Formats: sequence, structure tokens, C-alpha cells
Amino acid sequence: MTDQSGEQPRFPLLMRILHWLMAAMVLSMLFIGMAMVSSLVNYHWLLSIHRPLGILILLLVVIRFINRKLSKLPPFPPTMSRAERRIAHLSEIMLYTLMFSLPLVGWAMLSAGDYPIVMVGPIHLPQILPANPALFAVLRMTHTILAYLLLLTFLGHLSAVLFHTLVLQDGLLRRMWVWKTPSK
Amino acid sequence: MVDSSDPPPQTYLGSAKPAGFIGRLALVLFIVTTVAALFAYAGGWLTPHALTPARMVDTFEQVNGVHPGFRRNHAKGVGFSGKFQSNGQGASISKASVFQPGGFPVIGRFAVAIGQPFQADAPHTVRSMAIQIKLPDGQEWRSGMNNIPVFAVSTPQAFYELIQAGAPDHKTGKPDPEKMSAFLARNPESATAIQLIRSHPFSSGFDNSTYNGLDAFRFTDASGKVTAVRWSMVPAQPFAPLSTTAPANGDPNYLFDDLISEVQQHPLQWHLMITISQPGDPTNDATIPWPSDRQKIDVGTLTIDHLETEDTSPARDINFDPLVLPDGISGSDDPLLSARSAAYAESFRRREGEQKTPSQVSATKEAK
Repeated sequence: MTDQSGEQPRFPLLMRILHWLMAAMVLSMLFIGMAMVSSLVNYHWLLSIHRPLGILILLLVVIRFINRKLSKLPPFPPTMSRAERRIAHLSEIMLYTLMFSLPLVGWAMLSAGDYPIVMVGPIHLPQILPANPALFAVLRMTHTILAYLLLLTFLGHLSAVLFHTLVLQDGLLRRMWVWKTPSK
Repeated sequence: MVDSSDPPPQTYLGSAKPAGFIGRLALVLFIVTTVAALFAYAGGWLTPHALTPARMVDTFEQVNGVHPGFRRNHAKGVGFSGKFQSNGQGASISKASVFQPGGFPVIGRFAVAIGQPFQADAPHTVRSMAIQIKLPDGQEWRSGMNNIPVFAVSTPQAFYELIQAGAPDHKTGKPDPEKMSAFLARNPESATAIQLIRSHPFSSGFDNSTYNGLDAFRFTDASGKVTAVRWSMVPAQPFAPLSTTAPANGDPNYLFDDLISEVQQHPLQWHLMITISQPGDPTNDATIPWPSDRQKIDVGTLTIDHLETEDTSPARDINFDPLVLPDGISGSDDPLLSARSAAYAESFRRREGEQKTPSQVSATKEAK
């Protein structure tokens, strides 16, 4: 499914770089988050990655959102039905919202739990909420719910892209691929 | 983004190559299922018998019952506030700002190592002191210390088994001595440690107890040199031996009430003593004491001048996680540290969402 010139339009380079960089970070975060709450021995070192990586994602998602608004996107391939295009658009909104809100809720949760927000070495962030046990409990639960929601949205995104790329073989993934791939 | 430049959609099947369609679909399902299974594995869903923070805390709840709003262990306690006056001696081995000369505010908590917040005080129950030192640069040092010379177990798994071995039997209401013997046979390091704990003299109260950090930590100095250490809060109040008879007035909180009247009369003080390891001293096993001739540095004085009931003390809602540390102090390879951090977080997660019940210990008693 390429255009007349045989050159398939792709996402702008910065969008592609941010996509794969954040994909690796978010995927790592999901694994770290799942693993740390279920492990006694690995809890601490995983948590000490989880905090700064979450804040880095929060920073990057803001940059990525601004860049997304300023970029010209390639058209959807014709193999995507109208319903799929709507779902793809909604899942994009969902992914952005979750990538933004999860670290923010995490930061707020640690603040309400009266934890220092340790990043690396002596570097730490200010608390963004006053200490409040009941608020901590609500935010702690919210963090878990949002994390599972992100996990499910990611699995849906992965399924859809793989379905197009491997089953329909419409080259959907080539639009996001970092380097050029020969089209079939 | 649906915009007018998008080409009109076609149907799937028009573009799908029929040959191998089922095989390719199966491949997609396989990949997605594998990724989902990896997440399930990471989350411990595929290993239901593994020891997790939740199972550790569940065990405390099974043995002690659930007491909403209270810590799942060290449930009975009282808050305090005071000051840590650093004398600057610690700066030679750690760059942590807490060792620069100066005074820093402290919030803390005295407690007994039991899971039932309304249990009567008993002479041989392990006593603990937890502290949060707030540093001017926004960093914090939290520590939980006990009045025993070594810890009874060296691993989280052994701790879990020890709680179960010491739990009252459903029928007799008392711990089954056979279970405990079996545990000690399986864990000889615990048998040795428990002997050591029993032979160590208990003091008469909270005020004259030495509280030991038990786990080893690492200090990093300004040049990057790392030193393995342990630490203790050593009381300025003179040691008095434990009275093994219950108090005449039958006060179920006599240990706490004695502490409260002490603080009402005069502030209490402890010296923070850092023990420096020598090569070969175990850092990953809290059951083994370090030789008594190891160098000790007095790095400052903790002064406690105010006690406050947990109903109003901020200490109630502080998780005294032993791995909340300022830069210049870090955990050692002792597996108990991460396990404590994880289990405390799970206990904190549960109790912070629960309705609070007033504490058994009030800090406003008349001085006796």
C-alpha cells in the first residue's frame, strides 16, 4: 500500500524518535511497576529506577505532545476502516493522557504519603501536595488502576499494529519505522 | 486524526492475502499473548507461592488479626519530636549533609514489636525507635532500630517462616514448640542469633534502651570512598536492669507511661554511634554481630523533648522505610533492607486507607 511514487509517507523524524524512545521507557516502566510491587528482594532497586524514569517520561510526554501538535502526520492507510481510525485516534488520546497522568499521580501520591521525592543522588523534587493519609490511599489506588489501563491500552495498540503489519501486510509500521524499509 | 487527506478505507479482506492468513493471525496472537504473559510473570501472577510483600503482610494479619489504621507490626507506639545535633565527626566517612555540624529536626516513634495495638506491655517484648531526620536541603534520613543486638533471621523467607512458626496454634492458642524447633533446625543462624538476643541484658524501659539499626549500610565520603557501617542509638540515660515482675498498679501500658513521665521531667538523649566494619565483616547477614573491638564514632546526639499520642502525631503517617536515605548513605547487600522497604510500603498502603482507631497509648498522662 504505497503511494504512486512507491515512497510511503512516514511520521516526521522527531516524532518517530520520540515514539520509540518513549515506547522503550514506558514498556520498561510497566515491567518495573509490575515486578516491584510483587518482589521483596528487588523492590528497592526497581523503585529507585521507577521514580526518575517516571519523571523523565512526564517531561518527554509534554515535549512530545507539543511536537505532535506542530507536526504534519501521514494519512491513515486505506486498509484502516473508519471505525479503526476512530479507535486509533481515541487510543492515541488515551496513551498521551495516561503517559502524562501516571507519573503525575505517582509524584502526587508520594507527596501525600510524605515521602521525599528522590531522583538521583542528592537531587530530589518538591512535594506537590501536603501530607494526607486518605489522599495518599486514593492516589495510590489510582496509580495502580491507571497503570493497568495503560498496560491494556498498550496491548491493544500492539495487537492492532501487528495485525496490520503481519496479517494484512499493509506496511502500517513503516510509517513509524526509524529507518527506511524496502516496500513490498 | 481523521482528516480529508486520508485515503478512503477499503475492506480488510480485500487487502489481506488469503494464503497463510490463519498462520499470520496465529503469529500475532502468539506475540501479544507472550508479551501479556511476561507482564503476568513480572507481576508474580504465574508464581502464586512466591513470597511477595502482600503475602508477608497477609501473614501478620493472619497471626495478629486485622487492626484497621494500625501498622501491621510494631503496632503499639507513641510519637515523639526532638532534634539531632550533629557534631561533624561523621563527615570523615560520609558526605551526607546530616553529618555536617548542625541541628536538624526529628520526628520519630517508640513502639513495641507486636502486631496487636492493644496488647499489654510485657518486659521482654522487643522495643523499637524509628526516626525521620529532616535535612535543610530537603533530603531525609529515616531509620527503624530495635533494642536487640542482632536480628533473628538473615533472609525475608526465614522471617516469614519464623512468624508462622511462632504463631499461636488454632487449637491450643499457643505456639507449637515443634514448629519452632523445626524452624531453628532449618535455620541454624537464627538459633544462634536468638540465643544471643536472649543472653543480651534487657534494660528497664524505653529511655535506657540501646536501639540498633541491625542491618549494614554503606557510607560514601566526598572522595567516593565507601565504608560498610552499622549504627546504634546509645542512651545517655544510665542502664538499669529489667524488672521481670509486672508493675503493682497493673498498668497495661507501663513501659510507655514510664517513658511519658520521664520526658515530662527532662529531655532524653541518645548518642548516634557509627560502627566501622573491617574487611570480612558480614554486611548481608543481620544475625551475625561484628566483633566488639570495631571502631565506633559518636556522630551526634538525639534529644527527645516531646511525646505525642499517635492520634495526633505526624509519626503515625510516616513510613519509617529504612531505605529513605540522604545522598552519602545507601543500603548494603543485606536482603532484609529491600524486604523491609517493600513490606513497610504494603503495610502503609493498607493502613493509610483505613479508618483510624485511637491509640492505646496517650501522651498526656499526669506525671507519676
